[in-house]
Amino acid sequence: MTRFSAWAVFKAGLSGQKNWDRQWRDPEPKKEYDVVIVGAGLHGLATAYYLAKNHAVGNIAVLDKGWLGGGNAGRNTTIVRSNYMMPGNRQFYEHSLRLWEELSHDLNYNVMFSQRYHVSLFHSPAARDNAARRYNTMRLTDSDGELWDLETLKAEIPHLNYDNARFPIIGAAVQKRAGSARHDAVTWGYARGADSLGVDIIQNCEVTGVTREDGKVASLQTTRSTIGAKKVGFAVAGNSSRLWQMTGLGRLPIETHKLQAFVSEPLKPLLDHVVVFGVGGTHFYISQSDKGGMVFGGDLDWYKSYAQRGNLPIVQDVAECATAIMPCLGRVRLLRHWSGVMDMSMDGSSFICKTPLENLYLNAGWNYGGFKAGPGSGWYFADLIANDRPDPVIERMNLDRFRRGVIIDERGAGPDPKLHG
Amino acid sequence: MIRINCPFCGERDHSEFGYGGDASIKYPALDASIDEWHDAIFLRENICGMQSETWHHTSGCRMWLIVERDTMTHEIKSVRPAHDGNAAVLAAESAGGNS
Repeated sequence: MTRFSAWAVFKAGLSGQKNWDRQWRDPEPKKEYDVVIVGAGLHGLATAYYLAKNHAVGNIAVLDKGWLGGGNAGRNTTIVRSNYMMPGNRQFYEHSLRLWEELSHDLNYNVMFSQRYHVSLFHSPAARDNAARRYNTMRLTDSDGELWDLETLKAEIPHLNYDNARFPIIGAAVQKRAGSARHDAVTWGYARGADSLGVDIIQNCEVTGVTREDGKVASLQTTRSTIGAKKVGFAVAGNSSRLWQMTGLGRLPIETHKLQAFVSEPLKPLLDHVVVFGVGGTHFYISQSDKGGMVFGGDLDWYKSYAQRGNLPIVQDVAECATAIMPCLGRVRLLRHWSGVMDMSMDGSSFICKTPLENLYLNAGWNYGGFKAGPGSGWYFADLIANDRPDPVIERMNLDRFRRGVIIDERGAGPDPKLHG
Repeated sequence: MIRINCPFCGERDHSEFGYGGDASIKYPALDASIDEWHDAIFLRENICGMQSETWHHTSGCRMWLIVERDTMTHEIKSVRPAHDGNAAVLAAESAGGNS
């Protein structure tokens, strides 16, 4: 595989940029692997990459029922941040953000990570105090966070609705190291990196059954062949419950809901930052892509669904949020919108943990937040699979936490999955 | 848009309703074991396909309904009142009884 560099681009230019290699192979599945990861999304591919790179595990396969980037890896709003407060989340997301900061160099693939500031608006003194508490707590884990008063905010982002908003803006909580990245590039970069370390990425290979022997997973039936595995990792957020039930382990603390996202027609540079607006039951986040499209999203569709398509009331809700916070978008046309299915967990936090089966490991429950978590998730899931014990950072992300009463409820919404946005 | 045929109000857009959740959950007795409560509160079948679920007609009659709906196609198979007492009133009405 050709290493990308200025020199490589120059050299390929001599033959019209037409002689680049394929970025990853399309191998036939082998009869058996040391580790099989189910789900070739961002998390699964990152896991395979770090298993090979950090833990020198050979003979790894990543299976996917579709194609790379066809699931949630291609259905997000690409926001990366680490402004979490709860112990367990805080350390994890900060580690993930640090991986993002070095990811393009590490993968030798430009993931277009742009640390353009994550700006959460607040609209009341109570919200400001709450943000102050959260961002001060984050600083305990060496995350960056600061509060902007109204004057600073106006100078940085002049075209928000400061004049006659229903909820007047009084300032913002800001994480400057946060930002956005190019979702396809991250997926492709991890796929290329994993493939170059010998990982077999097998697309169009849906797992249809799980065979157990002696308290272990012996093999996976797929639409292509039966694949044996010494260790198995599930990373299929959105469909975790379905795969889990194939193992005969019963139910998970997860419901599947769908979340829509939107992109407008391309505009000239308008918004340099990621802006988040959430007050009075609204939830809205917006940034501008490098192509100029305004990329934004809001709440879940509010009812359980596995359908990767959204409903119209949310289109209206989100459009109302957009024009409430940025009235200048009123005449902008929507280009596309899409929907992905989320593992909404009972406390809004994720699972990277061992399971009742000795050689089965679970990576699930990413709620809305799977994109930013991808590198960290792969890092710690690989570590868990290789060493058969959770790193202290992910110790709390287990299935047992509800029974023991040590939930990680960042939002304080209680055990109702649709409320954990 | 999903259309829900409310037995009290007629067919309406789903945006008039609030989604409750899995209607198959049975809460255990108050003095049941922690495990039983844990399972009822935190674990879900998370069915992909036809499931029985509760909806609240918040912008209508404010009755709780039990809806059988496919979670993949969103097709609705049946809608009925969640409470037996209300169901009995409806049945009496349709039989020409006293409302």
